[in-house]
Amino acid sequence: MNETYSQFNCGQLKAMLDQSSFAMDDVLLFLDTHPCDQAALAYYQSVSRMRRDALAAYQTNCGPVMVDGVNSANGYWNWIQGPWPWEGGR
Amino acid sequence: MWRYEKRLQHPVNITTPNPRLAQFIASQYGGPDGEIAASMRYLSQRYAMPYDIGKAVLTDIGTEELAHMEMIASIIHQLTRGLTAEQIAASGLGPYYIDHTNGIWPQAAGGIPFNACEFQSKGDPITDLYEDLAAEQKARTTYDNILRVVKDPEVCDPIRFLREREIVHFQRFGEALRDVQDHLDSRNFYALNPAFDNPAKAGEAAEGAKTC
Repeated sequence: MNETYSQFNCGQLKAMLDQSSFAMDDVLLFLDTHPCDQAALAYYQSVSRMRRDALAAYQTNCGPVMVDGVNSANGYWNWIQGPWPWEGGR
Repeated sequence: MWRYEKRLQHPVNITTPNPRLAQFIASQYGGPDGEIAASMRYLSQRYAMPYDIGKAVLTDIGTEELAHMEMIASIIHQLTRGLTAEQIAASGLGPYYIDHTNGIWPQAAGGIPFNACEFQSKGDPITDLYEDLAAEQKARTTYDNILRVVKDPEVCDPIRFLREREIVHFQRFGEALRDVQDHLDSRNFYALNPAFDNPAKAGEAAEGAKTC
């Protein structure tokens, strides 16, 4: 995990995850139709790194996002623990 | 939020086209007990589910059904690949070909288009889970019916995989239903809607337990 992320709280990490993920959603579509665009490829690399770091920090400290990122160290499958995305609150 | 994985859940590699078989199997794409109806049913039902186990099961099975929809579409695609119009017309798939060429479009084996009336989202978690249990059994029966008329092992293999997943989903939905029933208030003997009319009171303490 990228150490610089340890200074952020869960609300901040969630915002960073949402923003880097949306940047990924958007650059992905652009690259689908511009697969040789070098500036977009460089932007993809930085967005990809930001999402990876934010995701790792969030899943370690705040809760699972992806099904292969569940921290089960306390012996509990907290994937099922609310609040769920459609309930608001995180 | 969803993100695509560029792979099938279980491989589909069919080398011999068979348009007649494609027409049968297409029902598991857009038919009454097909994978689209399954995914839309479970993902829509989540919002009325009051308990975490049920929310997780509906989310995760609804997600897996999207992957099954992709497998079925891949089977149909490979069964109709590289055929001439004459071969398709002779197979009985002619009317489908006229409307969709070799494209994938959701319909039942008999040609009825997919529509949302093929599933319910009743806003009652007990009612919904009974429908889900029935849906998994109906899909398993359909796969049994398909396997009786399929002889090509390259087609049987992914169909057998999908059939086995129906059985696993039936088990998990049964466990989710038992969890909902465990939450019922003792006064709600006739299992009226615990999401609306009779929210559990006695059972709520159990929902707070987050460790093993």
